Amino acid sequence: MKIIKKTLFYLILVAAALSFIYPFIWMMMASLAPEQEIGKLVIFPSEFTFDNYVSMFSKIPIGRALFNSLFVSTINTGLTLVFASMVGYALSRMRFRGRNTIFFIIIFTMSLPFQITLIPNYITMVKLHWVDTYLSLTVPFMITAFAILMFRQAFKGLPQALIDAARIDGCGELRIVFTILWPNIKPTIITVGILAFMASWNEVIWPLIVIREEQLMTLPQLVTLFVVGGRAESQLGVKLASAVFLATPVIIAYLFFQKHFIQSMASTGLKE
Amino acid sequence: MKFDVEIMKRSKKQLLPYLMVSPYLTHLLVFTAFPVVFSIILTFHKWNIISPMEFSGLSNWQHIFSDRLFWKAILNTLVFLIIHIPLQIVVALTLAEVLNRKIMFRGFFRAAFFIPVVVSGVVVTILWQQLFGYDTGVINRLLVTLGLGKVGWLIDPNVAMVSIALMATWKNVGLYVILFLVGLQTVPKQYYEAADLEGASHWQKFIRITVPMINPTIFMVVVLSTLGGFSLFIEPYIMTGGGPLNSTLSAVLYIYKQAFEYYHMGYSATLGVFFAFLIVLVVVMQKRFIEKE
Repeated sequence: MKIIKKTLFYLILVAAALSFIYPFIWMMMASLAPEQEIGKLVIFPSEFTFDNYVSMFSKIPIGRALFNSLFVSTINTGLTLVFASMVGYALSRMRFRGRNTIFFIIIFTMSLPFQITLIPNYITMVKLHWVDTYLSLTVPFMITAFAILMFRQAFKGLPQALIDAARIDGCGELRIVFTILWPNIKPTIITVGILAFMASWNEVIWPLIVIREEQLMTLPQLVTLFVVGGRAESQLGVKLASAVFLATPVIIAYLFFQKHFIQSMASTGLKE
Repeated sequence: MKFDVEIMKRSKKQLLPYLMVSPYLTHLLVFTAFPVVFSIILTFHKWNIISPMEFSGLSNWQHIFSDRLFWKAILNTLVFLIIHIPLQIVVALTLAEVLNRKIMFRGFFRAAFFIPVVVSGVVVTILWQQLFGYDTGVINRLLVTLGLGKVGWLIDPNVAMVSIALMATWKNVGLYVILFLVGLQTVPKQYYEAADLEGASHWQKFIRITVPMINPTIFMVVVLSTLGGFSLFIEPYIMTGGGPLNSTLSAVLYIYKQAFEYYHMGYSATLGVFFAFLIVLVVVMQKRFIEKE
């Protein structure tokens, strides 16, 4: 009786897990199948064809979009790590007037809905002539309140002796942050790095607003416009191919760094 | 001479923290403080970006109250939340409860539930658009094979928002499973042991011990999914364009359309400010409600 119960329990659990994994496998198979075979629950294409991918590459500059997304996300991640650790260090390890005020401003801005800043930020981009440049995709994302708080917390937990010793050796404050302290807070760097990269990689509404030039579009943006606009000519296969192309880099990264992904993204919940 | 150097060194030292926070302060000024102020100014103007701004008094604010489409969008967003939040909590808590037991391949299951969380919403939406298709969609084909009727997942105005809420739950639930798992691990084991001595059932322990103990996590999940629901945009943008009959028009999609399809910058900013207040109000109310419970 107990064995039957246990088997049933695992069967249900496996079914639940499959319902999260299988749709992605299905999507990949569908993108490799001839058009009329898409729509079956179990797709095993009668012949594997790369037609959908060939037609996708000929219709949109998706290779360039992949480059744009990687480029922009990497820059944003780098900038966020550098600037957020500088602020986090100043807030946790230096004494200066206005420190608490800045801290409260950071907390306050975290609860500010983005819906209120969207339109004016677009107008700023227009006035600065940053529309259709990489600047509009990077500068607004160079730092986040959340990243600052993460670094502040991490630096707070380090022993003062570490900093004092470096100061006696004649280290400047910036060198202390990046060469002495950084190696001691690797988990925080990984967490902030993954979150900044993913936030930038997945951002869609902002690129839709500030980028119209196809060569500068990010990958999710280009795929969105491809699927929504007429260019996919309502061919399901080619739409799914573009979705697979967009999903693959992240899924590969996830397979390798699964634990880091889960820990990082779960820490967004601990914002409060 | 020596004294001067000393002073310079000192003032440099005092300046340093300000230099270190200056990139953030500049960013804050340009991308947060200015936009908030400018948004509020915009609410009193008509502007299509090209011609000069035109003062229009309170007309934008008055227009909100007679703008049926905006209220429809708010209503749609609420429909989304009413389905999404309870479903999210029930599914995530159930899965977390199961994963919290001693089971085989726990890491595998946890990782599996989490896949849709890391993948872009664009991918998930394109995928489900196919699965939800009326004639060629996988789900309807399955229903027909089982001898059931087809459902107009994305073409029936009464169903379309439900479909999007189901999809959003599928996408996000893995994250909340992890949050609940963290919450469940903070519940002291002794409580369950004491309850066992009293002969409490599984269900009783769950309702009387687990749920009250993880109340903070529940609140967090409610707030996070509320904020997620209030920013609903790309899913209806790709899947339905807000249709059929505006049944999936979300507030953000409507604000976006007002600004970037009709170039009503002033009105769109007004909607943004109004909506932001609404979001803060709802979250504060949720906090009150959950603290009372």
